[in-house]
Amino acid sequence: MSAPVTVYVPSDSAARSVGADEVADALASAAARQGRSIRLVRNGSRGLLWLEPLVEVETEDGRIGYGPVAASDVDGLVSGGLFDGAELPQRLGVVDELPWLAAQNRVTFARMGVTDPLSPDDYLRHGGMVGLVRALERSPEDVVAEVTDSGLRGRGGAGFPAGIKWKTVHDCVDALKFVCCNADEGDSGTFADRMLMEGDPFLLIEGMTIAAYAVGATEGYVYIRSEYPEAVATMRAAIEIAYGRGWLGDNVLGSSLNFDLQVRVGGGAYICGEETSMLESLEGKRGMVRAKPPIPAINGLFGKPTVVNNVLTLATVPTVLAHGAQAYQQLGVERSRGTQVFQLGGNIKHGGIVETAFGITLGELVDGYGGGTRSGRPVRAVQVGGPLGAYLPRAKFDLPMDYEAFVAAGAMVGHGGIVVFDETVDMAAQARFAMEFCAAESCGKCTPCRVGAVRGVEVIDRITAGEHRDENLALLEDLCDVMTEGSLCAMGGLTPMPVRSAIEHFPDDFYARHASAKTEGKP
Amino acid sequence: MSMTLVREIAASHRGQRGALLPILHAVQEALGCVPPEAIPVLADELNLSRADVHGVVSFYHDFRSAPAGRTTVRICRGEACQAVGAERLVSQLQDRCGMSLGETSRDGSLTVEQVFCLGNCALGPAAQVNGRLRGRLDEARLSAIVDEAVVQ
Repeated sequence: MSAPVTVYVPSDSAARSVGADEVADALASAAARQGRSIRLVRNGSRGLLWLEPLVEVETEDGRIGYGPVAASDVDGLVSGGLFDGAELPQRLGVVDELPWLAAQNRVTFARMGVTDPLSPDDYLRHGGMVGLVRALERSPEDVVAEVTDSGLRGRGGAGFPAGIKWKTVHDCVDALKFVCCNADEGDSGTFADRMLMEGDPFLLIEGMTIAAYAVGATEGYVYIRSEYPEAVATMRAAIEIAYGRGWLGDNVLGSSLNFDLQVRVGGGAYICGEETSMLESLEGKRGMVRAKPPIPAINGLFGKPTVVNNVLTLATVPTVLAHGAQAYQQLGVERSRGTQVFQLGGNIKHGGIVETAFGITLGELVDGYGGGTRSGRPVRAVQVGGPLGAYLPRAKFDLPMDYEAFVAAGAMVGHGGIVVFDETVDMAAQARFAMEFCAAESCGKCTPCRVGAVRGVEVIDRITAGEHRDENLALLEDLCDVMTEGSLCAMGGLTPMPVRSAIEHFPDDFYARHASAKTEGKP
Repeated sequence: MSMTLVREIAASHRGQRGALLPILHAVQEALGCVPPEAIPVLADELNLSRADVHGVVSFYHDFRSAPAGRTTVRICRGEACQAVGAERLVSQLQDRCGMSLGETSRDGSLTVEQVFCLGNCALGPAAQVNGRLRGRLDEARLSAIVDEAVVQ
């Protein structure tokens, strides 16, 4: 055989968690034994996570996928003709044409799984740096206006319009300004930030550089949680490569822009995903939440004007600049413009990344893309938007994924994470867990959160023990009010959301039960 | 000896803004923990009070005052892993190995901890074993990990 065949095995840590490294090694040895020359590329993950490890082979017809592949399958697959795209039991067909993927609208995740994450040439070949080049041709004001016009809202959960935040920072006159990327993706059920940093790190660098140019910042930090060692390593490697290419540092791409970027690693504190707590942590302090105002855009890191955006927000900016605000703005519904990178997790058959325009219904995501539960039992509840998001029953499956529609239903889209539970879930235990999690992770600065969460656990315990059920439910409702209205940040302010939604939609679970049930979900 | 190392680590971060967290991570990587005697040293190096440094060290779950076991297993107890039986794995650890979360075995072979979300929510239950992510765990796979750790 002549030219080496290109074989892709993801280096994403989710794929590696189920054996991708072993598969890659087995493929290399099998090729060597056959005297077959292969080019093994460790790509990002396509986000069809239930098919991981997903091996792809480059053929004339396109990239043919096989999955899930175990290391022990490799010899059989290779002798059966895997390197020629042969028809084999695990053959999925051309990956780009798989309905699950083809039906999506990959905008932010366009390159995900397609390229070698640390190849700057691959990045350029697949449309990378176009956004930054376009941005540098225009004035910073124009760039801010483009982002504002795109309707892009913060993807970290709060959904604040990115352009408005940028304009505030731009309008500050300080010589020193910062761009901080919040990559402290601590919400259970969210993993898109991790995948993006591991699978397309130059995109985040490009987005942050555009932000720096637009607002006049010279220094940037990516604050990554310590639970993501692979993302830390990949981002650091990518930043070093970017410096080498002149994509960072002095005179970025030959322009007058100077921008220095570095990675900072968190310390295992969930609260540091809250922006002001993250800033405190970046300053080398305890991650205690700050009162707002002043807002970080004016008084942020070290008291300087600071853009704080989530990974996906910053990673969407290059697309907006490359293709124009109009193109991005045309996607979506109402005030939720563009696409959201939904993450399907928990007890789900087809878990992974679904990037699609806002407006898709919850049911289309869970039953359609997700295919129901992994256990095969009926879906009972889904939690949308992380540990502080609402638990919703099947009756809410017609809700469109739209920031405002979710708020109206007492829920939130948040970061787009969707966690599925089957009928075995005990919703009182989940409500208790929400309170206990808040008690464990509260920074302790404000009383409603610090003390309220502890009291919340106690009250739920009394309810499920059958002690004065009605009175204690009323007390819990009061407590939720105090936490919602009186907490400094979203940690205490939103913990009542999963609790109240569990009571509202699953009241039958809040009756006295045997003591054993209470231990479920207890941290 | 090790305090000289702590001073060197602090010195190598001089000039970095808000360097305490990177320094603490570097100290823990070098020494396996942030020993209590490092706190006054760091306070001195950074011109902070001992209370300030102690406050930071104790705020973050990552920093430990004594080294972990040779193998560290961190089991995810986030909602997504709960939905696929993470709690069964936790009770298995407790019942079978007699270890509670946050504990290091007496022979120093194994530390088990809880963690809330490792970003492997579609392939749970998940755990991190010596920094490496593992997915689709069940009782048998967890037992194998623990047995391997004890043998080492």
